[in-house]
Amino acid sequence: MKEDLALAHGLAARRLPFANLLAGWRPAAIAVGLVLIVLLPFVAKNFFIFQLTLALIYAIAILGLNLLTGFNGQFSLGHSAFYAIGAYTAAILMDQADMPYYWTLPAAGLVCLVSGFLFGLPALRLEGIYLALATFALAVAIPQLLKSTPLEPWTGGVQGVVIIKPDAPFGLPINSDQWLYFFTVAVAIVLYVCAINLVRSRTGRAIIAIRENPIAASAMGVNVSLYKSLTFGVSALYTGIAGALGAIAVQFVAPDSFTFFLSIALFVGLIVGGVGSIPGTLVGGLLVLFVPNIAEEVSKGLAGAVYGVILILVIYVMPSGAAGLARLLAGQFARLRR
Amino acid sequence: MELLLHQVLAGLATGGIYACLALALVMIYQAIDHLNFAQGEMAMFSTFIAWQLMELGTPYWIAFVVTLAISFVAGVLIDRVLFRPIHDAPILSHIVVFIALFGILNSLAGFIWDFNVKNFPTPFGSRPLLGSGLISSHDAGMIGVTILLLVFLYVFFRHTRIGLAMRAAAANPQSARLAGIRVGWMIALGWGMAAAIGAVAGMLIAPVVFLEPNMMTSVLLYGFAAAVVGGLTSPGGAVIGGFAVGIIENLAGTFIPYVGRELKLTIALFLIVAVLLVKPAGLFGRRVVSRV
Amino acid sequence: MSALLEIRGLCAFYGRTQVLFGLDLDVAEGGVTTLLGANGAGKTTTLRAVSGMLRTTGDIRFAGERIAGRAIEDIVRLGIAHAPEGRGTFVRQTVEENLQIGAMARSGRAAIAADMERVYGYFPRLKERRHQQAGTLSGGEQQMLAVGRALMLRPRLMLLDEPSFGLAPLIVRELFEIFRVLNRDEKVSMLLVEQNASLALDFADDVYLIETGRLVMTGPAQELRRDETVRRSYLGY
Repeated sequence: MKEDLALAHGLAARRLPFANLLAGWRPAAIAVGLVLIVLLPFVAKNFFIFQLTLALIYAIAILGLNLLTGFNGQFSLGHSAFYAIGAYTAAILMDQADMPYYWTLPAAGLVCLVSGFLFGLPALRLEGIYLALATFALAVAIPQLLKSTPLEPWTGGVQGVVIIKPDAPFGLPINSDQWLYFFTVAVAIVLYVCAINLVRSRTGRAIIAIRENPIAASAMGVNVSLYKSLTFGVSALYTGIAGALGAIAVQFVAPDSFTFFLSIALFVGLIVGGVGSIPGTLVGGLLVLFVPNIAEEVSKGLAGAVYGVILILVIYVMPSGAAGLARLLAGQFARLRR
Repeated sequence: MELLLHQVLAGLATGGIYACLALALVMIYQAIDHLNFAQGEMAMFSTFIAWQLMELGTPYWIAFVVTLAISFVAGVLIDRVLFRPIHDAPILSHIVVFIALFGILNSLAGFIWDFNVKNFPTPFGSRPLLGSGLISSHDAGMIGVTILLLVFLYVFFRHTRIGLAMRAAAANPQSARLAGIRVGWMIALGWGMAAAIGAVAGMLIAPVVFLEPNMMTSVLLYGFAAAVVGGLTSPGGAVIGGFAVGIIENLAGTFIPYVGRELKLTIALFLIVAVLLVKPAGLFGRRVVSRV
Repeated sequence: MSALLEIRGLCAFYGRTQVLFGLDLDVAEGGVTTLLGANGAGKTTTLRAVSGMLRTTGDIRFAGERIAGRAIEDIVRLGIAHAPEGRGTFVRQTVEENLQIGAMARSGRAAIAADMERVYGYFPRLKERRHQQAGTLSGGEQQMLAVGRALMLRPRLMLLDEPSFGLAPLIVRELFEIFRVLNRDEKVSMLLVEQNASLALDFADDVYLIETGRLVMTGPAQELRRDETVRRSYLGY
């Protein structure tokens, strides 16, 4: 009888991690996390709140890229383009159509969903490095297009567009940085929950199946090109919404903020966070924002070199990103507890 | 008509630059099966080394050869030291290290030699070729050297044992080991050769775009495009791709009204993508047909 | 006289998982030894262990020399050719290039050229397709190519991993005829892993039976062919 109980306990302890979100220490951790998130803006300096908001925005952008690269196995160097499209959509709507800031997010998302899908349809016939080149072309094209003279009446050309950060609604006693922080957190929570649900759904499994073995997937009845383009669209939507949030946070959009180097930064953030890991994107967002600053602190003249060295060390220590490291540590921890 | 001819030739001249770098990119691709995004920066750094040697009084051709040797060794070292520890890591992680290398080399070059533009001599002279107004001696010389390199690479890969061993090591490392090929050293050799070719490209390009740490950035973009459109498995394709990209870029800039100059890069790239949609493995790439 | 290949107490690991548990095995000089067993028993793993493709403990000696723990390239250069599971074809290279790659560890252009003609002699279909991209060959042809590539090494020992896999019976018979010739005339020793038990038992001199990484029976082929358990489990009658 006692042995049976022991066996049952043992089996229960060997359940997969993350399988039960309400088990053990997890609810407590989530509660503590939420409290921290809510309290933070009241104890930290405005500029730090602004930085944290930006880090979260980048995390959302990286989540978009992750849906495409991590879960669908497509390589994109062009997500700075969708970030830019989202940002400019928001800015133009706020500046020229007087649209309230919260409507610009779904607008930006929609524009990017459609443009992403349309770009994906032909582009996704290419594979690997060739797809990389096509997305790279997109990333390079967008800043040039944004600067070009025919589009100047809307985009403001090289000067860009200036917008005003919104104040807290309902006359709440918090400043605009704090309000934007909460707003971003709320949007992020919605987007992340949607992403997790998507990945776990039948659609999500189809998307992952395409990454693993496109031929087998299509033999099982998955319409591979449709799904690939849809994934591209959704991925663009996420990054576009992040772009819109970014525009509101920075209060300014200009073509040279959205160059190819942004795509690279997002890509690096994705890898370091862990490809295919949704929580990893948060680590990625922090990296994109803070490591360049750290590098400049260490050495103004050699900032690029320091950044490079930090990246290399990070990859050596966590070749599969932060998520890979977390998995490794969890495995070690589990074995110690047995 | 004369304007067209002039622009085509000018395009060929700039195309020679792209072709040279594209060759280095294809070289490394043949060895390690992916692109080295830091290739341009390695070439730039090598060119600075050559410049420094000449500043210290070394004659051009000696500096040239010494730089090639240093670049070759540096390429091998970068592979053995930087990439060997992560050879088990996923490919995307390798790309991050390429990006890191890019940042390090760019920043280091700026730190050591500053960002002011410097002159770099050309062994071909800068007067127009044979007195004609068509193309300068240097441009012609650059095209000539590129073609020579191409011939060398073609012979190396198709007609030598070691070239075949390198291709085998990149294509199927496990099977190559089972044939007794020392895969690790083949990869290192590929890196060394790519670094050396990159150095040649850098030393040919610098007289035209002037030597400074960011000189290779746009060249790399075009070179990448050229290598891909030519077909990454074909050195010849890379060269033709390079010339094609140069010509397209020039013609777009000159003849498309109003936006031509602003959108040169965009137009060139989109034309390339259009090519890829028709021929997904590049113009001369060998389509890998594998039975499922 | 000691055997060409001697394996003693071999344990093999994929990462942290142990798959072989103290194997002892011999391949006599000029002999054919076959390894039989169900799927996942550890037959392919044994071949991989000999070639140095995974982490092992225990002793492996080839012609008296210790090869356990050495790099794959070094083991191959001692004269052990491995025609792996999955054929290992260089799909982007031509048939002829595949064979040239097989000879990469050797020197002597004339000898290599002569060997290539011999391989073409054994496999005329490969000669017909010599400039064709190897990835377009059928399964049977790629198997012949794998064997041909192994032969280009002029090996003393051939490790053959399921050469009959996915091949039509007629082709399998051709292939094994060639193995017989190689063993008899060119004195190539062979360690053969096969799922097709009757084929293997007809061809081999010695038999080892593996089950989940452990040796369960061994003996000369004629004896095991008549053994009751072997007949029931592996020959189906």
